[in-house]
Amino acid sequence: MLKSKTIKISLVGNPNTGKTSLFNVLTGLNQKVGNYPGITVDKKQGQCKLSNTVSGIVTDLPGTYSINPTSIDESIVLDTLLNNQNEDYPDVVVVVADIENLKRNLLLFTQIKDLEIPTILAINMADQMKSKGISFDKETLERELKTKIILVSARKNTGIEELKEAIISYNSSDLSPVASIAYRMDHEFFEDVKLKFKDKHSLYKSWLLITQHQSATFITDEEHKIIHEFRSDIKKIEKLQHKETVLRYSVINEILKKGYRVNRSEGTDIRAYLDKILTHKIFGYFLFTFILLAIFQSVFNLASYPMDFIDTSFAEMSSYLSSKLPSGPFSDLLSEGVIPGIGGIVIFIPQIAILFFFIAILEETGYMSRVVFLMDKVMRRFGLNGKSVIPLISGTACAVPAIMATRNINNWKERLITILVTPFTTCSARLPVYVIIIAVVIPNKMLYGVFNLQGLIMMSLYLIGFISAIIAAYVLSKFIKTNEQSFFVIEMPNYKFPSFKNVFITVIERTKAFVFGAGKIILSISIVLWFLASNGPESYKNAESLVKLQQIDELNDEEFEQQLASYKLQHSYIGILGKTIEPAIAPLGYDWKMGIAIISSFAAREVFVSTLATIYSVESDEQMTTIKERLIAEVNPTTQKRRFDLPTGMSLLIFYAFALQCAGTVAIVKRETKSWKWPLIQFVGMGIIAYITAFITYNIF
Amino acid sequence: MLKVADMLVGEKGIITELCLENIPLNLLEMGCLPGNELELVQLAPLSDPLYLRIDNTFLAIRKETAAFIQITKI
Repeated sequence: MLKSKTIKISLVGNPNTGKTSLFNVLTGLNQKVGNYPGITVDKKQGQCKLSNTVSGIVTDLPGTYSINPTSIDESIVLDTLLNNQNEDYPDVVVVVADIENLKRNLLLFTQIKDLEIPTILAINMADQMKSKGISFDKETLERELKTKIILVSARKNTGIEELKEAIISYNSSDLSPVASIAYRMDHEFFEDVKLKFKDKHSLYKSWLLITQHQSATFITDEEHKIIHEFRSDIKKIEKLQHKETVLRYSVINEILKKGYRVNRSEGTDIRAYLDKILTHKIFGYFLFTFILLAIFQSVFNLASYPMDFIDTSFAEMSSYLSSKLPSGPFSDLLSEGVIPGIGGIVIFIPQIAILFFFIAILEETGYMSRVVFLMDKVMRRFGLNGKSVIPLISGTACAVPAIMATRNINNWKERLITILVTPFTTCSARLPVYVIIIAVVIPNKMLYGVFNLQGLIMMSLYLIGFISAIIAAYVLSKFIKTNEQSFFVIEMPNYKFPSFKNVFITVIERTKAFVFGAGKIILSISIVLWFLASNGPESYKNAESLVKLQQIDELNDEEFEQQLASYKLQHSYIGILGKTIEPAIAPLGYDWKMGIAIISSFAAREVFVSTLATIYSVESDEQMTTIKERLIAEVNPTTQKRRFDLPTGMSLLIFYAFALQCAGTVAIVKRETKSWKWPLIQFVGMGIIAYITAFITYNIF
Repeated sequence: MLKVADMLVGEKGIITELCLENIPLNLLEMGCLPGNELELVQLAPLSDPLYLRIDNTFLAIRKETAAFIQITKI
């Protein structure tokens, strides 16, 4: 016996079985979310103490109804369980089922059992057995299913110790398949499979390699040839797959007859009652609109307090550091580059976390599926899918997780269109840009005594985002052709009271992913910008003497300092860059300083504000005035009027509403569509729309 | 024999036939198989999608798919 030992455990199960709850109970906060190599599927792993001497590494595999994947997420299950070279290849698989839907859950179980690896069946929500009128003969089912069965309740925390003990003694598992149905499907065909694969794998594994070759990443060239041969008659393969499912269910039915009975009690069903209201043809839509409005309202209202606090804290930290540290490039880098850069990321956390919180609650309660059900027909008119609603809503926080949320749209065309139009929705990175420009150019007055003009403009920008997403989807659906049949299947889970532990963990995870993903880009751009703004060619280095030479009048010290700073900025690398693009952006009403801000924000929109802050704090030594005051004070040297006037401001707002200025989005679209074609089309297309609409806007106002 | 696409809300039946070529595998895997009980729980506006109960599983599918599933009423 080894003194200490680590067991690799995979959690597998249908969606809505409480698999993730069980994972959370087993691992607590000892979780790590990483990525599977090459694809951006979250890989959730956690440490679990099984006994004093044995520990476990638990991998929470994506929820799936079957080992045959219908999405990239689901293909992870197949790859992990088939590929024994995979670093996560488990010592033991725990299949999580839910007591109420045992029959359907067992389909996946029998598939995994047929792979002939140690398998434990954990039946969750066992505490509800009585109230649902379910009788269950554990011993008979254990014998029939050739597995250890553990009754657990992840919510009530029961059965967990028993499950851990079963995991520790996984070596005593019965490895024989439960539904060896291959020969019943087609004797001749499977004799052939057995022969060609030379018994290298179990028969069921060979069959999966044939049907799921595109998801299995580890096939040898020789095997590829064999698989290709078998797949030449694809109709037959598909027929056999259907037959397999039918046979599996008949095996499961036989087994369940011996030890599982449900007396469906009428009247206790809260589902029917809630569905009558929530999916009502009229009320359903009202309620959804109301819930959305309530969420957006609270996101803004609740987030404004921590955001103000973060804003002032970082500003104070900057000025404190620059006053305490000996002056020099290091102090400048900290106070003008790094700290405002980090501040620019941290400021988004409240909004994103609050929005993720609400979305997680909608998902946990089961309401999200009802929204999908209600919206499918409407969305389909525009080439989208009911499931596109979720990305479009999460897109108001951040397009990156939103685009990842398109994975459960099985139809490629509808999924692609959703990916392409999601960045039109107003994400939280646009907000600081909108907020500052609206504050500068739109008067803070009431319209008809009820509407705040600034608020109205903000709301219109949100509407523009949604409407243009829908229009773009419609146009795209006319151009993107596919001959793939459109299938739509979504489970309508039971309504559940949300588990706050699950919600909390989801919010933390998604927020962390945003902060570290987008954060890296924003921070590094801030530093690069600071460098470009405080360095330059010869004319920059000799600024002091050159400014002195130019002066005819005697200037006092203060005026001289200002002249010098302004001269330095114009001749820094970034100033030169801004000047170069000025002719291109002048028709939109922008000058070279805005040009700098726009260039730098092509990697991340929110950088616009911090760039303006950097430009103006490099230019003036007065730390006291806010960015808003500085922008208002900025004067166009040729017209002697305000630089940020109404036409320029509106033009900027529209430009930011449409342009795809987000390196994170481009990267995720490239990964999700597996080509540079779509992110390029998206980037250029949105850029052209932004330029034209901004040009029109500038000339209207 | 009745197509699921033509059912009325609240009607129940036993699945008798499926046109396998037009039905996604994952729908079968969720329990949509001959012999199982099916109930039309709810219709979305414009009668599409359909909210069904098949045995103990609740799910929604589009009308175009529902046209390929046949039941006998009970």
